[in-house]
Amino acid sequence: MVDFGFGLVPSSRINLDLFDKEKYEELAAMEPDVRICMACGSCTAVCTAGKFVPTSLREAIEAIKNANPEKALQMLESCQFCGKCSMVCPRGINTRHLILSITKVYSQK
Amino acid sequence: MKNNILIIGGGPAGLEASAQLQRMGYNVILIERSAQLGGHLAKWDRLFPDRVPADEVLGGLIHATEGVKCFTDTDIRAINRLEKSYNVRLTNGITVLSDALLVASGFDLFNAVRKEEYGYGIYNQVMTNADLEAYFKTGRDKRIENPKKIGFVHCVGSRDEKSGCRSCSKVCCATAVKQAIEMKQAFPQADVFCFYMDLRLFGRHYEDLYLEAQKEYGVRFIRGRVAEVSENYDGTLLVKAEDTVASKPLKITLDLLVLMSGMRPSASVKELGEHLGMMVEEDGYFAVRSGIAAGQRSPQPGIFLAGAATGPKTLPETLADARAAAMEIDRYLTEIFPDARNYKQLVKERW
Repeated sequence: MVDFGFGLVPSSRINLDLFDKEKYEELAAMEPDVRICMACGSCTAVCTAGKFVPTSLREAIEAIKNANPEKALQMLESCQFCGKCSMVCPRGINTRHLILSITKVYSQK
Repeated sequence: MKNNILIIGGGPAGLEASAQLQRMGYNVILIERSAQLGGHLAKWDRLFPDRVPADEVLGGLIHATEGVKCFTDTDIRAINRLEKSYNVRLTNGITVLSDALLVASGFDLFNAVRKEEYGYGIYNQVMTNADLEAYFKTGRDKRIENPKKIGFVHCVGSRDEKSGCRSCSKVCCATAVKQAIEMKQAFPQADVFCFYMDLRLFGRHYEDLYLEAQKEYGVRFIRGRVAEVSENYDGTLLVKAEDTVASKPLKITLDLLVLMSGMRPSASVKELGEHLGMMVEEDGYFAVRSGIAAGQRSPQPGIFLAGAATGPKTLPETLADARAAAMEIDRYLTEIFPDARNYKQLVKERW
């Protein structure tokens, strides 16, 4: 292929029109607490895996709501289920259970 | 002899102060420049955080003013400061000799047309918080026809230096959350998005409202100010913002966009300020006498201030302010005003 000296980068803009409401409702039915995250970042701050590999429940929830479930799964794949995040969540979310449910719902194609 | 007290403004602050002062035995005259008592409260459907009907609250306030002389459609024509009292000529031809004045001139809603980038008055599907309340009251608005996706824009005409509105309007966050819930109740299938910079839900039960909106109604809160709105060929709206939590630009197609117009100083402030010789601060609201404990006293002896005349306030704050003003007026009229010989000295020491 001819090298023109430039390439195309796909848009990284969030497009909420692509949000999969059905799937999200499936998750929310299983895990109503996904709705009440207020993106404070406490979970990510204490995450033992996140210090080494990009891991963040806060970002995963955000990614799901922003129509990017692939990123959500990626953000959770290194989770060791240590549970520190559930200790610090100010809204009392059962974070480990939520992580499992996200993985379950969004891994199905 | 009963002192005359003139109260300027027939909104919640004016009504509450009137009722309190009437009960204390003063001769209260209340003037309202529009045709209807109640101010903005008369145009609102339900109130945060408990969503009580505004009509009920207003009905209670008006009921308590029995015995107060109310003049609607009445403004001030001229004011003369006498030695202690104020001689006030009203536009209805009546002249009042008033020993104390209470300014409860309230606020105006920010004119959303000024934020052209949001398209109010340009695109059909953009409305304001006040329009939505009118819809809740009447059930009629041609913009609302089973909307599937609804957005709320916080801080329209608040925290906006460029529009000359630096301050936070205090009430819009809670109002947006309340209205988001009400829209979900009206249209359960709709998706509702709130675009905010900070959620300033400071009052008692306000956090409950926020949690309820997320938990029970699935309202999505997106941190980021809407930057631009345009209209699609089918009449829907294309909305652009940054999701500052995700650090990414975002776009969404909406059927309805509600702008949370903030509080601005009442347009009457300028004229009233000239009549009364009272200063406004840089933000356009009346200045209270210096000092954090000055409360409801204006810089002019005998003139008091209550409610949103001195900055954005919630309804409970306004009512508390009005009650405090009534106490202050009573103190002035019993401790300072009657002492003809030492009046000037007392004003100097205690005003």
